[in-house]
Amino acid sequence: MAEKSGADILIEALLAQGVDTVFGYPGGAVLPIYDALFQHPKILHVLVRHEAGAAHAAEGYARSTGKPGVVLVTSGPGATNAVTGIADAFMDSIPMVCITGQVATNLIGSDAFQEADTIGITRHCTKHNYLVKDPAELGAVVAEAFHIATQGRPGPVVIDIPKNVQVATAEFDRHGNNAAKRYVPAGDADFAAITQAVELLAKAKAPILYTGGGIINSGPDASAALRELAALAGAPVTSTLMGLGSFPASDPAWLGMLGMHGTYEANMAMNQCDVMLCLGARFDDRVTGRLDAFSPNSIKVHIDIDRSSINKTVRVDLPIVADVGKAIRQMITIWNSRKLQAQKLDEWWARIKGWRSVGSLNYPASQSEIMPQYAIERLFQLTKNKAPVITTEVGQHQMWAAQHFHFDAPNKWLTSGGLGTMGYGLPAAIGAQMGNPDALVIDIAGEASIQMNIQEMGTASQYRLPVKVFILNNEWMGMVRQWQQLTYESRYSNSYSDSLPDFVALAEAYGWKGIRCDDPAKLDDAIAEMLAYDGPVMFDCRVSKEANCFPMIPSGAAHTEMILHSDEVSGTMDDEAKALV
Amino acid sequence: MHIKEEFAERHVLTLTVDNEAGTLARIAGMFTARGYNIDSLTVADISEDHAISRITIVTKGPPEVIDQIIAQCERLVPVHKVTDLTDAGPHVERELALVKVSGAGDKRVEAMRLADIYRARVIDATVSSFIFEITGGPDKIDTFVALMRELGLVEVGRTGIVGLMRGSEAS
Repeated sequence: MAEKSGADILIEALLAQGVDTVFGYPGGAVLPIYDALFQHPKILHVLVRHEAGAAHAAEGYARSTGKPGVVLVTSGPGATNAVTGIADAFMDSIPMVCITGQVATNLIGSDAFQEADTIGITRHCTKHNYLVKDPAELGAVVAEAFHIATQGRPGPVVIDIPKNVQVATAEFDRHGNNAAKRYVPAGDADFAAITQAVELLAKAKAPILYTGGGIINSGPDASAALRELAALAGAPVTSTLMGLGSFPASDPAWLGMLGMHGTYEANMAMNQCDVMLCLGARFDDRVTGRLDAFSPNSIKVHIDIDRSSINKTVRVDLPIVADVGKAIRQMITIWNSRKLQAQKLDEWWARIKGWRSVGSLNYPASQSEIMPQYAIERLFQLTKNKAPVITTEVGQHQMWAAQHFHFDAPNKWLTSGGLGTMGYGLPAAIGAQMGNPDALVIDIAGEASIQMNIQEMGTASQYRLPVKVFILNNEWMGMVRQWQQLTYESRYSNSYSDSLPDFVALAEAYGWKGIRCDDPAKLDDAIAEMLAYDGPVMFDCRVSKEANCFPMIPSGAAHTEMILHSDEVSGTMDDEAKALV
Repeated sequence: MHIKEEFAERHVLTLTVDNEAGTLARIAGMFTARGYNIDSLTVADISEDHAISRITIVTKGPPEVIDQIIAQCERLVPVHKVTDLTDAGPHVERELALVKVSGAGDKRVEAMRLADIYRARVIDATVSSFIFEITGGPDKIDTFVALMRELGLVEVGRTGIVGLMRGSEAS
């Protein structure tokens, strides 16, 4: 068999995995790989403007298509710049394979130019990582890396390839790889346990389905199965930030998002339920509030593919390690074969109706200025027929988008949930647009977050990507300001967005269209103008400056202690609460 | 506000892992990254083809943290199996220590006499010093080292413990 260079083997191995798009940035230690890419036009390389953008773009691509995102960056700063995106993918379980260049093996450890210990740095923010020292290993490593990244609980895998390994030759047989016999994730649920879960659900008088990003990671059928199960059980459904879209927001059983900025009805139902079925969620601190007051009287069933997510923060009564989509299908089969009937849940639904009547997402209306919630509502109403893909940055605008934009299908909502990375939204939108060329892709941003990866505007221009960036511009790092108002008696330390660019002029400088609007009466027309433009648009939506994001469970509080919009909020907190993030 | 201390119990975990570069760093670093304790850690390859290593970790934590530690270890790709010897039932734990003692006269004689009682072997001797080799459970070694401290202890090297389940089955 003919020998190939390590770089050629890498490209062949990527093609064997079905890779057609790579997000990257060249540099000294990946020049051989870039030369090999030059000879393989089947792989489209998207040149970003900063390696963080490459990693987030790969995340957006992965989350919106269900396929793994692929990143290619150079050694040293190339790799370290990508680390935030890698850590983000790790927290949010996004399948990603990140290929990093490394200095030649004989230079490793010598503090060579652009050398960094990429394997050491990424060891604890990847599912697995590899330093490949022989091109003969490369084919098997790439195959196993894709297997690990995509199977089980998805996540990022880093392959660090020294430059001399890219140049050296070895044999490669693209059919000869046995991908990953050593990594075998959970599949079907244990029959006895899943039967018990079905029985608990059927006997429940106040059940709730608490769903998360695992439903989306399990694939579109998991979302379909979730609808069937919810209908059989007649149970209300809530979801984490990461799970939005897995259950249709237009369904009467939908309670809205739960947690810190979740709806009153979702949080009260979590608190008062008698059976909680947690499906592919992980009892994150943003969801549970104060742990010792979290849903005190419920029997908790937790289905998750990652054993370490079970009993990590909340002790559950029935742990089930399984692929959540398969487990839900098993539950439906058992339910139907036993011809089970749900309990009469009228009383439970009546209580939920009472909580809904609180109207926790209401906000003060204004004729004179655009309320940020109103802006999201209008954006939703004017785009919902186009089933847009929405990305966000991190902060108030993200929570308002989660509350006021509604999703009926999975893979349409891309946000940085676990790591909370400002600067995620624009590159994620670029990745999503690459993977969904005909989709309407909108990054709902804040004026502070957007500046964290604003250089990626150039990427959108270069690849003619018609992404829309909808900035809720309130001239504050709004969530920081809100917390300072709540916790630090309105001492606004460094949270004002001073010296902002003129976003319209900036858009034009990059060859985008820029739109500015500060009048609620003109907002619909301005949004229509944005949607009508066949190219990238930056929309500077000037909103009410000191609006707060409510409802809110303050740090260290229980689900029953929500602050609603009308309550008095300014003040301080004790040290125990201040110490919580 | 003050930082709170938590109740912790001692557990001995054994892990069978792929013997490849970085595995030890991956495991030890995971303990650090997630704030778990390592009291001792031993590692050596145990298979004929040098493909598999066995790691013994002594850790401390509340029961729910021990459960998390096991789950987090199992989550690592090169980790094949994790056994909690403390939970699994009867098992043996052994550790080896080298203990250097220096002195003359009565103290030297007493050190020799105690070494005999503790079945420690002399593996190096000069006119003014001994190195003892002692194996046993951690308590036995702790006691022996404490006795030697009064008789001219110079330095100690300990391996950390290794452990196996009692009986005919693999742990």
